[in-house]
Amino acid sequence: MNIAVTGLNATDNPGPGVPLIRSIREGEGFSGNLIGLIYDSLEPGIYMKDIASKCYLIPYPSSGLEQLYQRILQIHEKEKLDLIIPCLDSELYGFAKLQDRLSAIGIKTFLPTIDQLNIRAKDNLFDFCKSNGINVPKNILANSLQDMYSIPNNFNYPIAVKGIFYDAYIANNFEEALTAFNKLRVKWGYPIILQEFIRGDEFNVVALGDGKGNMVGAVPMRKLYITDKGKGWAGVTLDNPILMEISKKVIEKVKWRSGMELEFIKSAETGEYYLLEINPRFPAWVYLAPSAGQNLPYALVRLAMGEDVEPFTNYTSGIIFVRSSWDLITSIKEYEKIATFGEY
Amino acid sequence: MADKKRYERPVINKHYSGLMNKFGSRPTTAPKTEIDGVPVNDLVKQFGSPLYVFSEKQIRNNQRNALRIFKTRYPKVQFAWSYKTNYLNAICNIFHQEGSWAEVVSEFEYDKARKLGIKGEHIIFNGPDKSREALLKAIKEKAKIHIDHFDELYDIIELTQETNLKAQVAIRVNLDVGVYPKWDRFGFNYENGEATQALKRIMMNKNLQLIGLHTHIGTYMMTAEAYRIAASKLASLARFLKDEYDTIVNYIDMGGGFASHNTLIGQYLPAEEVVPSMEQFAEAIASGLYELNFKVDEMPTLILETGRALIDDTGYIISTVLANKRLSTGRRALVIDAGVNLLFTGFWYKHSINPAQDSGVNIEDTTIFGPLCMNIDVIRETINFPSLKKGDRVVIDYTGAYNNTQWMQFINMRPNVVMVMEDSTVELIRKSENLDYMLNREILPDKLK
Amino acid sequence: MTNYIVPQNVAISDSGFLFQPATGESYTLNEIGKLIFKMLQSNSSGEQIIEKVCEEYDAEAKSVERDLEDFITQLKHYSLLKLS
Ligand SMILES: Cc1ncc(COP(=O)(O)O)c(C=O)c1O
Repeated sequence: MNIAVTGLNATDNPGPGVPLIRSIREGEGFSGNLIGLIYDSLEPGIYMKDIASKCYLIPYPSSGLEQLYQRILQIHEKEKLDLIIPCLDSELYGFAKLQDRLSAIGIKTFLPTIDQLNIRAKDNLFDFCKSNGINVPKNILANSLQDMYSIPNNFNYPIAVKGIFYDAYIANNFEEALTAFNKLRVKWGYPIILQEFIRGDEFNVVALGDGKGNMVGAVPMRKLYITDKGKGWAGVTLDNPILMEISKKVIEKVKWRSGMELEFIKSAETGEYYLLEINPRFPAWVYLAPSAGQNLPYALVRLAMGEDVEPFTNYTSGIIFVRSSWDLITSIKEYEKIATFGEY
Repeated sequence: MADKKRYERPVINKHYSGLMNKFGSRPTTAPKTEIDGVPVNDLVKQFGSPLYVFSEKQIRNNQRNALRIFKTRYPKVQFAWSYKTNYLNAICNIFHQEGSWAEVVSEFEYDKARKLGIKGEHIIFNGPDKSREALLKAIKEKAKIHIDHFDELYDIIELTQETNLKAQVAIRVNLDVGVYPKWDRFGFNYENGEATQALKRIMMNKNLQLIGLHTHIGTYMMTAEAYRIAASKLASLARFLKDEYDTIVNYIDMGGGFASHNTLIGQYLPAEEVVPSMEQFAEAIASGLYELNFKVDEMPTLILETGRALIDDTGYIISTVLANKRLSTGRRALVIDAGVNLLFTGFWYKHSINPAQDSGVNIEDTTIFGPLCMNIDVIRETINFPSLKKGDRVVIDYTGAYNNTQWMQFINMRPNVVMVMEDSTVELIRKSENLDYMLNREILPDKLK
Repeated sequence: MTNYIVPQNVAISDSGFLFQPATGESYTLNEIGKLIFKMLQSNSSGEQIIEKVCEEYDAEAKSVERDLEDFITQLKHYSLLKLS
């Protein structure tokens, strides 16, 4: 089986490609090739031993679908791909729109629907949660600078200012909010999400939905160490039925298809959990899932290939991940291969 | 002599990390050598450069598609061509032939529609600027007047009293659909009760016949849900009219605003990926209207004033390379003969631009400038583009909406506009301006001669 | 045309990949770019370069000259050429 995976950018703002490949390689009964689809000749995953057997540069999502499709066709001719697992938020719309064309040439995907992707892009998360009894922070979408000046009075500072795909800032006053807004606007465009800031501890859940309303598995985690960029650098699996319950509800209600990460905050004031965000792909810490007994990435592969997958029923709590940085050594000759030929 | 290799200019590209890579950018531009089967070079030879080109086939396709998509979801649908989007006669008449009415926002547009033979009753008269003379004409000709504000309402009441004529009216409603900015400067507000107030005022007057409800929630809307909310709010006004006055409106006009497939400058992903499809817009509007729960024969006609989504991708500008430049930063720049005077939409769209001839595979990050002597004359701030020679041509895509109405006669005169017809013949639909045309309107006072 | 020299140790491979060890920057050149760069490395003059390009490629001397000017401007911009 030949599986292509994106997001090998295991940097300080990591994509989940490397841990995803690591998980699949460890899947029981798995045999096949894992191929990296990369955007930059310096993505660390390219240079890691025993991760991708081969890497190909692909065009950025912002350069349009047709280019992406043509490049995948070229790669498919050489590699006979069975499955592509895109791992970055900004890719998902594109791949979701391409999935029929990919399927027509024999490449499977296992993606959320456009509607499911829109849950977070279009303010629906708020409405969805409200109507399903799930706590959410107040939310508005800003589509212009003008909107910033109309932040309703019922928003108390600090507020969270978030890009539609990545990046979030906490703003303590209007000026800070404006600075954050401008940074995000330049990088990710509109809309920009302004969110009530809830003080408390962060919790995350990695989960997999089968698209029919079943939660195939889920593992909750609490970050133990957070970098100054807000990335979890260490975390521990938890035994937390409430988080499992809410995650299950979300997956059942939206019939979520694909891997996902749910971000929660436990309000220091009320002790209740608020759903902050749904990330429509596995998180960079997904390798914790197989380590705790649920190989969710491999389960996704099996679902994508049309197999029946029994839901996981348990996992081990108290499993810790600690991320490390490690310098990989390579030579300019190796770099040249990717930079000039787009393959490695 | 042995065959020589094909020449291509020498190129050096620096590797940057974290930026567009070669494979990410290689095919961004594919040569576009013809438009609807007519070679770009032939068009330029015959009609000059720059040149606006429209595709009759594409316009008809777009309109027929849209009608089919809406009709399969709602029984009674009527399109009204939004003149301001493009009011060249040839364009308007295609839409009229396809069964569209006219949607106008000024007396000039109104008269233009009448000249094309559109009956008053098939004209929707929108906008905040309607003079008493224009209103009187519209009343006499039974046009559908969409009232924008109370001052206009009182004007109409007075005029109907003076002439003892009846006016066919609707109100424009602005409403909160969860999208910013709110277009609350047009029409009567829904949430604060102003719209109901206006309706009551109209119902009190025998000379005013309330026939519809109208909204236009904004332009280039990227969410279909906003239309469902708008439709459902207008539906509740229609129900109010039925309950209170036993009046059933003939139509609900949802305005225009569907996003086209041009990508906005601030947008990261290409429009084709993020913009809702016509089906999604139709679905949303139909589901909002069905909240009416009227009997089938009482359901109002759905009117749509769709502009850019029907015309944007039917128009092109062909332009010619005037010069290659290397900016002080080392950046490559291209100067072409079409500027923002002709491509007004270049201010907010990242228009796709392709060379019109095979231009090699070596591309470079390039800025494309227009020919005006102004710093703002930028057609594309940054685009991966092959190297072109002076005299080569480019085709700018999706220029059909608003450019032939908001174009500026600045520094240069406006060029020819042609249409490739369904049978692949080419018709001139607007002649390029010349000095006589320009001077014709000028008056030089005697003492300045 | 003024004479230029290429800094030492700059290596260009057959694929057109150019590495400048003094700065750590790398570049990709197309085929003609590679040909010209190699000629500059072996101290060919502008005239010689134009002649060679016209010999191998279907090109006019005038447009090659213009492109060469631009190419040299860029090489200078990247500090890959110095005045001799
Ligand atoms: C009242 C009205 N109707 C229709 C339109 C056409 O809008 P669009 O081109 O966005 O479809 C406009 C444009 O602003 C408008 O103001």
